[in-house]
Amino acid sequence: MINRLLVYLVKHIDRYLMGLVAALLIMGLITLFSASGESVERVTGQIINICAALTVMWIAANVPLHYLSRIALPLYIVGLVLLVGVAVAGEVVNGARRWLNLGFTRIQPSELMKIAVPLLLAWYFDRYEAILKPRNFVFGAVLVIVPVLLIARQPDLGTALLVTAAGFYVLFLAGLSWKILVGVGMLGGASLPFLWSMLHDYQRQRVLTLLDPSQDPLGAGYHTIQSTIALGSGGFFGKGWLNGTQAHLDFLPERTTDFIFAVYSEEFGMVGNMVLMVLFLLVIGRGLVIAANAPTLFTRLLAGAITLTFFTYAFVNMGMVSGILPVVGVPLPLISYGGTSLVTILFGIGLLMSIHTHRRLVQT
Amino acid sequence: MSRTVELRDHQRELYYFQLRLAIVGGAVLFAFFILLVRFFYVQVIQHEYYHTLAEQNRIFIVPVVPNRGLILDRNGVVLAHNFAAYTLEITPSLVGDLERTITDLSTLVEITPKDRKRFQKLLEEGHDFASIPIRTRLNDEEVARFAVNNYRFPGVEINARLFRHYPSGEIASHVVGYIGRISDKDVDDLRNLGTNANYSASDYIGKVGLEQRYERELRGVTGYEHVETDANGKSVRTLRSILPVSGNNLTLALDAKLQHVAEQAFGEHRGSLVAIEPSTGGVLALVSRPGFDPNLFVEGIDPQNWDALNNSPDHPLNNRALQGMYPPGSTFKPFMALAGLELGKRKPGFTISDPGYFVLSGGGGHVYRDWKAGGHGMVDLHRAIVQSCDTYFYGLAQDLGIDAIHQFIGQFGFGQKAVIDIEGEVAGLLPSQEWKQRRFQQKWFVGDTISIGVGQGYMLTTPLQLAFATAILANDGRVFRPHVVKQIQDSQTDAITVIEPQPRAEIPLSKENVKHVRDAMIDVTRPGGTAAWAGMNAKYLFAGKTGTAQVIGMKGQKYDEKNINERHRDHALFIAYAPADDPKIALAILVENGGHGGTTAAPIARQVLDYYLLGKEPPPPKPVPPVKEEEEND
Repeated sequence: MINRLLVYLVKHIDRYLMGLVAALLIMGLITLFSASGESVERVTGQIINICAALTVMWIAANVPLHYLSRIALPLYIVGLVLLVGVAVAGEVVNGARRWLNLGFTRIQPSELMKIAVPLLLAWYFDRYEAILKPRNFVFGAVLVIVPVLLIARQPDLGTALLVTAAGFYVLFLAGLSWKILVGVGMLGGASLPFLWSMLHDYQRQRVLTLLDPSQDPLGAGYHTIQSTIALGSGGFFGKGWLNGTQAHLDFLPERTTDFIFAVYSEEFGMVGNMVLMVLFLLVIGRGLVIAANAPTLFTRLLAGAITLTFFTYAFVNMGMVSGILPVVGVPLPLISYGGTSLVTILFGIGLLMSIHTHRRLVQT
Repeated sequence: MSRTVELRDHQRELYYFQLRLAIVGGAVLFAFFILLVRFFYVQVIQHEYYHTLAEQNRIFIVPVVPNRGLILDRNGVVLAHNFAAYTLEITPSLVGDLERTITDLSTLVEITPKDRKRFQKLLEEGHDFASIPIRTRLNDEEVARFAVNNYRFPGVEINARLFRHYPSGEIASHVVGYIGRISDKDVDDLRNLGTNANYSASDYIGKVGLEQRYERELRGVTGYEHVETDANGKSVRTLRSILPVSGNNLTLALDAKLQHVAEQAFGEHRGSLVAIEPSTGGVLALVSRPGFDPNLFVEGIDPQNWDALNNSPDHPLNNRALQGMYPPGSTFKPFMALAGLELGKRKPGFTISDPGYFVLSGGGGHVYRDWKAGGHGMVDLHRAIVQSCDTYFYGLAQDLGIDAIHQFIGQFGFGQKAVIDIEGEVAGLLPSQEWKQRRFQQKWFVGDTISIGVGQGYMLTTPLQLAFATAILANDGRVFRPHVVKQIQDSQTDAITVIEPQPRAEIPLSKENVKHVRDAMIDVTRPGGTAAWAGMNAKYLFAGKTGTAQVIGMKGQKYDEKNINERHRDHALFIAYAPADDPKIALAILVENGGHGGTTAAPIARQVLDYYLLGKEPPPPKPVPPVKEEEEND
């Protein structure tokens, strides 16, 4: 009886992904304990987040694929409506209009779009599988750009970036021609000055500060300088768990969330970084294998996009903490404190599991 | 057919998809490789650099100011020490509205307009982000009241600080000097000396007197605490501390009580006194009146007090003993007499008949008057000193000539710095032919020499020089450098470095000649001498010489002491040593606008000597002595 229940519970859970996720989550908790100044409360809170997110993951893993393709369009439309709602009646927190108060809870619709956009695009391309024409890609691009512009307006550069990336990955994997890719790339390069003028002052500042953090050591450059110091002073072997001075003496800002990698790296050094990177690579590798073996174009594109979005999280976060990318609000997947991103990421992982475990059902 | 095409398309598509996945996979690997390179660069190659930065981030080096050395008199009386007190300090760079903050503070702690002015002054001359005291010496209640409200005042804090205090106030203020807040100029000087590190976070430096001269000894070595602080600047713990090394203590040759007696003896008079122990050169007392309260300067003097001191016509901040230049007048005569004997121009028994004036032979018949109309009659060397006969010394000066005077008198330290251990000494002036040529592009006239004979003309000395010369005379020609600090006690080892009383030189003098001069000087203080009143009933052999120095020339007018502007009155001078048979103390006194040396200066000497030699406390302020007929007046 119990055995059967267990079998039922893990039927759609991919063992490799689960193991990697568990390892990363535990590393995250260990780091969080140090980053939060040894706050049991914080760690407990994160464990609750993890439980909730794992539940979401389990549900996603058990959702049949045809069901997924059916919710793609409604989910996207709901997301878009909510984004418009944010633009009209969102709550302003820290100078950005990101939250929508639904009365019983507050949500961040932009987070939803990280899944909804690739889901919709995958569904869209799947529908036109046989006859993919350039105009399909143009329309696909529009489907990406609309929510991205809404999110960028909030402003939330990090999420806009991730949504763009997710959408782009679908377009690319769907076979976007190289000519268009190069063309758009050149066009993008040419329009950089224009984009620059579109950016908010603080966003420009972030880019400028990336080029020379010392220009504004106490302002915009402070994050980068302090996190780079944390990394560098950690050295090859790190200062040891709970021994990071940058973290414990308050020099690192946002050290439980976006900058938790600085804490991790200060205490576990380059060795720790390599372990983390290997784990991330294994997750990505597993995701790509799942994508390669996925039964339909829809699932292939979805799996590929989710996997690459996961990669984008990891790369952008580690890149900004180590000072080679501008500071955008992107958490380190599975490590950073915070329920929202955890749910989003594990939801994506759940979808990957679903794609993998439901594959035979589709084929047969 | 169509079915197979579709199937083939499917395979193709999957192939293209997997190709793209492979490309993406490669891109992922490449991106992570870039990260790895970055990690390697930051964490391995640049590790040392960032390690240092992290340490600098968290470790603040807090300087610990050393205890400044004490200044003690020869009997251990404390002249300068430190005490701990609380100050309320504002760091202007952290405070938005200074005016409001101070007003708010004044509801908790009494802040007087003086405090505000001083704060303003310090603010104007202030450097960098240093904190500036708005109130010093808070009492416990004020400390408590502020502590409760501390949160309302970012950038304001209470610090326990060591304060320099001069318990004797005005007494010996010119000797001890004072410390004050480091000025921009001081910072430059320290930087040039390369000792600025020792002054980090320190506010004070010796400005005047011994505090200035012995800054290196008194200062000590700044200690450091390595304090771990968080990003908000809150200290978490002390990692390491290097204790400060206290400054060394100075023990002076000066006798504080004697100094006190001497200063009291001046009463309301302006002037100076320098007393030297002939056998060592140790300065027993060094008075410059009026004095000032050095405690005013420690915390930065408020503008009101500063103006009062700086603009006073009495110039209380000038150290008259070292910087005041006065003609020595008749106090110069014993040295002239000795020159005459030593250089063979006069025998003790040589006698002149003094008509009351001296006519310069070959000088166009120019007449030099004696202070006593009608003259002193038959005058030998002894009587010339005792009665201060000008005519005798006019003739002697002419016979010696300026070159011989310059050479011989110069041995007694006139015209050059005595090199005392207080800054700011001036050299005085012992004129010579060469000097006059250089100074005025004029040749020396014989007439110039005549005035020198009675300590007038170009001749100028400081009270210190006069005392120095007197000490040399009292010491039979052995020269000891005058010094205030007798010994320095190392704060770490308690080892005592004695400033050795090494004779700097010895003037070859005939004992007999010295005795002739001494005997005459002893008779100066006996009945018939110009200081007879001051020397009355002295219980020791008291050698002295009075002097009077003109402040302004009285051409053709009769000097009338009563009807003359007080500031134009003559300066009174007196030199003395005692006991004359075994001199323990030699001194020089100058009383500005004091009139006659015998009436104002010599009684001060008597009080000082009585106290020093007999331990006799000075009497309460005495009535003005009767003006005697036979007073010198040259």
